[in-house]
Amino acid sequence: MTSLSLEITIGILKIFSFVVPVLVSVALLVYLERKVLGAVQLRKGPNVVGPFGILQSFADVLKLLTKENLLPSSSNKFLFIFAPMLTLILSLIAWAVIPISSTYVIANINIGILYLFAVSSFGVYGVIIAGWASNSKYPFLGALRSAAQMISYEVSIGFVIITVLICVGSLNLIDIVESQKNMWFAIPLLPMFVVFIISALAETNRLPFDLPEDEATLVAGFFTEYSSISFGLFFLAEYANMILMSSLTVILFLGGWYPPIDIFPLNAIPGIFWFVIKVFLILFVFLWVRATFPRYRYDQLMRLGWKIFLPLTLIWVVITSAFLFYFGLLPN
Amino acid sequence: MTTLIKYIKSFTLFELMKGLKLTITYFFKPKVTLNYPNQKGPISPRFRGEHALRRYPNGEERCIACKLCEAVCPAQAITIEAEPKPDGSRRTSRYDIDMTKCIYCGLCEEACPVDAIVEGPNFEYATETREELLYDKEKLLRNGDIWEKQISENLKRDSKYR
Repeated sequence: MTSLSLEITIGILKIFSFVVPVLVSVALLVYLERKVLGAVQLRKGPNVVGPFGILQSFADVLKLLTKENLLPSSSNKFLFIFAPMLTLILSLIAWAVIPISSTYVIANINIGILYLFAVSSFGVYGVIIAGWASNSKYPFLGALRSAAQMISYEVSIGFVIITVLICVGSLNLIDIVESQKNMWFAIPLLPMFVVFIISALAETNRLPFDLPEDEATLVAGFFTEYSSISFGLFFLAEYANMILMSSLTVILFLGGWYPPIDIFPLNAIPGIFWFVIKVFLILFVFLWVRATFPRYRYDQLMRLGWKIFLPLTLIWVVITSAFLFYFGLLPN
Repeated sequence: MTTLIKYIKSFTLFELMKGLKLTITYFFKPKVTLNYPNQKGPISPRFRGEHALRRYPNGEERCIACKLCEAVCPAQAITIEAEPKPDGSRRTSRYDIDMTKCIYCGLCEEACPVDAIVEGPNFEYATETREELLYDKEKLLRNGDIWEKQISENLKRDSKYR
């Protein structure tokens, strides 16, 4: 075997070693969501399929696969089928730069965070194409809302990322994590951490910001017309995006694969374990928030994004950079 | 001062944290779910479920075809035809209940002078066709035979309140 084909094979295997766990985690996350929501509402949640109902998501996927895929007669057929695929692809390619341990990453590029930011901004295309291609009022309104919401919150996410970058001095995600070896950024940059989590909720269209799929006013939002596996792809993409945003939170603020304290029994555990634990902790917070808060009104959502988060993050960028400059802590 | 407190509260997400605290306490509370087919909720002795026609311990039908239940039935779900038996006693030749009409008010049970028609504790008699819900005398008597033990138990437990 030539070295090139060997390299390609290894690359493909590496990709699979990321994609398969992500998809399995999606199934696990859906199960976890139903369990957490159930527990908060004093129910038990799914507990029939498999031990403790853990195979429920797989049964749901099988059900979706066997359903008929309906194409609305007035829809744009190509875009209608293309949109869910695009959404899923975009939520999966972002994983190329996520380092789950100091050595394990598909592409260790030095603009990793920019790549992530770009890909997550692309996510809105899938939504807006779906809303447009459905040629129906609710999906269209849902898509408009989604686009406006994602753009608004991307601004504050951008400033939060800039704050972190000022502290690190590198766009490489591995460097970002390694500079948190002694102190996680969640401590000195606590307000930014909170803003980032809230913006991540808005970015992934989670409650209390799930206005694009607000069932009270928009039926199901941009995927109203979708059925069967194309609906399944949207669903998968949404949860994969949630996992992506929470791993981004972990990388930017919670010290990635580093244990909470660098002492013996904790730092003997492999970093990947810490990473997964932290990601699921953040995901639990997402679910917990969903179980607690009612949905925002649309103008409240916009006000929060533009009138509170934008000035707050902007001020914090200035404060952080001034602090670092004054004490000569700026990274080279 | 109050404005300052208000600002501090809103920037520390005070109210949101309170909400989160409440939901997390519920998260750890014992759950109220019953695993239904395996686990069932308690039923009152007065529970008005599926109908049954009872017999005396010697196997004789209790029903004397007085037609009080037919008369009192507000949904007119009961149809009775009667004729004298060879031994001279008055008995029903037909006793139908249309379970799709029945509203489970329990008036037939109350009207019955001999405790013949009763609503038993069974509520799991869903059928796949509508016709299966048109109960005839045979079906009702069979129900009575199946549920007699629990029905008589329930009647005994409820007797002091009647």
